[in-house]
Amino acid sequence: MAIFDKFQQLAATRRAMAASGIQSISVVMDRVVSATEAFVNGRALILAGTNNYLGLTFHPECIEAACDAARTQGTGTTGSRVANGSYSAHVQLECELADFFDRRSVIVFSTGYVANLGMLSTLAGPGDVFVIDADCHASIYDGCRLSGAEIIRFRHNDTVDLDKRLRRLGERIANTLIVVEGIYSMLGDRAPLAEIAAVKRRCPGAHLVVDEAHSLGVLGNHGRGMAEEAGVEADVDFVIGTFSKSLGAIGGYCASDHPELDLIRYANRPYVFTASSSPSIIASTRKALGILSAHPELRQRLWENARRLYARLQTLGYHLSPEPSPIIAVRFAQREQAYALWAELIERGIYVNLVVPPATPDGSSLLRCSVSAGHTPEQIEKIGSAFADLKRSFASASD
Amino acid sequence: MPAYEEILSIVIELIKPLAPQGRSVQEDTDLVADLEFDSLKVMNLIEQVEDRFDVSVPLNILPDIRCVRDFAVQLLEIIGKN
Repeated sequence: MAIFDKFQQLAATRRAMAASGIQSISVVMDRVVSATEAFVNGRALILAGTNNYLGLTFHPECIEAACDAARTQGTGTTGSRVANGSYSAHVQLECELADFFDRRSVIVFSTGYVANLGMLSTLAGPGDVFVIDADCHASIYDGCRLSGAEIIRFRHNDTVDLDKRLRRLGERIANTLIVVEGIYSMLGDRAPLAEIAAVKRRCPGAHLVVDEAHSLGVLGNHGRGMAEEAGVEADVDFVIGTFSKSLGAIGGYCASDHPELDLIRYANRPYVFTASSSPSIIASTRKALGILSAHPELRQRLWENARRLYARLQTLGYHLSPEPSPIIAVRFAQREQAYALWAELIERGIYVNLVVPPATPDGSSLLRCSVSAGHTPEQIEKIGSAFADLKRSFASASD
Repeated sequence: MPAYEEILSIVIELIKPLAPQGRSVQEDTDLVADLEFDSLKVMNLIEQVEDRFDVSVPLNILPDIRCVRDFAVQLLEIIGKN
């Protein structure tokens, strides 16, 4: 087989999408004017597919901090912290995150993907075992694969299945890492973390890693995520997450009480061999973290918006993801239905994510809405009305 | 512990409902080339096999599996270790 033959199936999918007029993966935003509005081909769009949960991307204090950092520290660090040394702001952000999570220490990564890739590939090695939720993000799968450890999937959110698989491991349990997410990115459903933590407690030696990418700033009294919400932070060995959602920038972190985290930093090839984040990113992230902590009302507004949109779409009769959440997935059995509705939503000034297999958990196609604290009640109303319109024009719009 | 032949026949029996209608499933049938299995179907098959034999099948074996025989051989080894 020639080197490029493997891309033929992808080419066919792209051709099919282009034929139905779908350009979802090549949408170019000519101008982004706020956390919730952009212009595409001269048309104003309400952004409802951003993961911008707290709407902080245009917060004046974050922008000011980023500009100031660029002026005083330059546009980039131009290298890895291990080789080029650390800017003090990077170290300060790690201290602030450790305080926020009430953990011994934190490592900051340049992206969320690198955080998972680096932590998982370094924590385990050949002879160790990962037991991961089937719906985990690609970065978790890739990190596990890079480690050389054995990878076992358990059925999504199925604690009985997890328990069964851990029991089968026998003595190898002492070399096992369980990996789950707080909120899952495709359907916005939460992990049953209290039960997962209870299963883990019955398996001495097992470690638990929780990716809070979509739950930081979204769940918990302090916004620390699903582990805080479920009251099981003490059972979580490593908390991994990202700056690219609720904190409105880009980057990742791992927080832990294990003193070995300091050693893991230097054994962590994806960390060691990636340039550290630009000063402007670190500066806006620090500011956003402060805002996240000081303004729990943002979280409240986010949930009000999420519940309102979920209820509206549910009343309209769409087949939705299982529970109200800042990620609301409208599900379709046929990908052509999702294509058609996505294009119609764009016509009506609404941008959502179009997700088709194999990126979806069960082979269905999704219009994935992500709600923000930055959405006004009017915008939530407009998103709901667009879906209502479509329900009328496509009698069988949802199954 | 089941013998190879028994594992093979159970695997074939589990694959058949996932295969395109009327397609024959033999020991040397290629899961992707002959049966058009995508990642979802492969995962579905693995879950069924896991339940049937009460084992966990590591994802690491996937790159070594092309045909039904490859899968049965790997299963024999996994069940043997259990």
